[in-house]
Amino acid sequence: MPTVIIGAAKDIVLTCGVPRFVFVDFPLGSPCGEPFDVAMQRRIVGSALDLLESAEAPRAMRDMGLVWSKGQAWKDTVFTAEQPFLSEAAVKNWEARKQRYRDQKAET
Amino acid sequence: MGHVRYIERIRDYYLSQGYEKPYAWAAFDDVPFTPLKKPLAESTVTLFSTSDVSVRRGADEALPAAETTVGEVYSVPWDTPVETLYSRQESFDRYATSLDDVNSYLPLTRLQECVEAGRIGTLTADFHNINRGYSKRLMMETAAPAALEKCRESGADVAILTPV
Repeated sequence: MPTVIIGAAKDIVLTCGVPRFVFVDFPLGSPCGEPFDVAMQRRIVGSALDLLESAEAPRAMRDMGLVWSKGQAWKDTVFTAEQPFLSEAAVKNWEARKQRYRDQKAET
Repeated sequence: MGHVRYIERIRDYYLSQGYEKPYAWAAFDDVPFTPLKKPLAESTVTLFSTSDVSVRRGADEALPAAETTVGEVYSVPWDTPVETLYSRQESFDRYATSLDDVNSYLPLTRLQECVEAGRIGTLTADFHNINRGYSKRLMMETAAPAALEKCRESGADVAILTPV
């Protein structure tokens, strides 16, 4: 199955290794363009289609070269103590999800 | 400014939060590659994300079990009006962005436009969500085969993946 990933976590995707990767250097949550920026979203999807056609070998990557319009400060603060990545409620949900998986495994 | 080194950043962050064992990220020496079998303009395209997208429901309506089972892949009809969809994903940079525009992480409308423009042939009837989990084994042995089966049963020639 020919695939292309549109993603923002460059090091994680490159470490994994994927057939085709369109890199969008944006905060986690907006890999396909800034919210409500239709023209930008069209460019990113268009690049993913272009890469599907042009790639000839695995680990093909296209860097969109985009810069987040509200500046780059998010890069310094993501996953830091001053900005807990998950809210307290989300941490509880995450722990519950892990427990649910353990329960799923125990049932099989 | 260079890209964020998430692997280092996440390791340090969770160590500081008291989680002792750093996550071992997936890493493959051999990466598969499948060329296109036919021109995109004649291809059927499908879409997967990890955005945990749902159709808005009443407060008293429970989510379908498939949407909450870790490692499961569930499908949503592509013709669902995009304004009735929302993301339940909590793992994103909530300080820098929002999940208010579905097309910024799940390009449903953008791909419909590509069909209208003749850039791609058609879309599968449904798009899909992969309920991601911490376990790489679960992703490899359960989620990935389920995703491939979704491609096959829907006649997809190409899959676009948008991890959130």
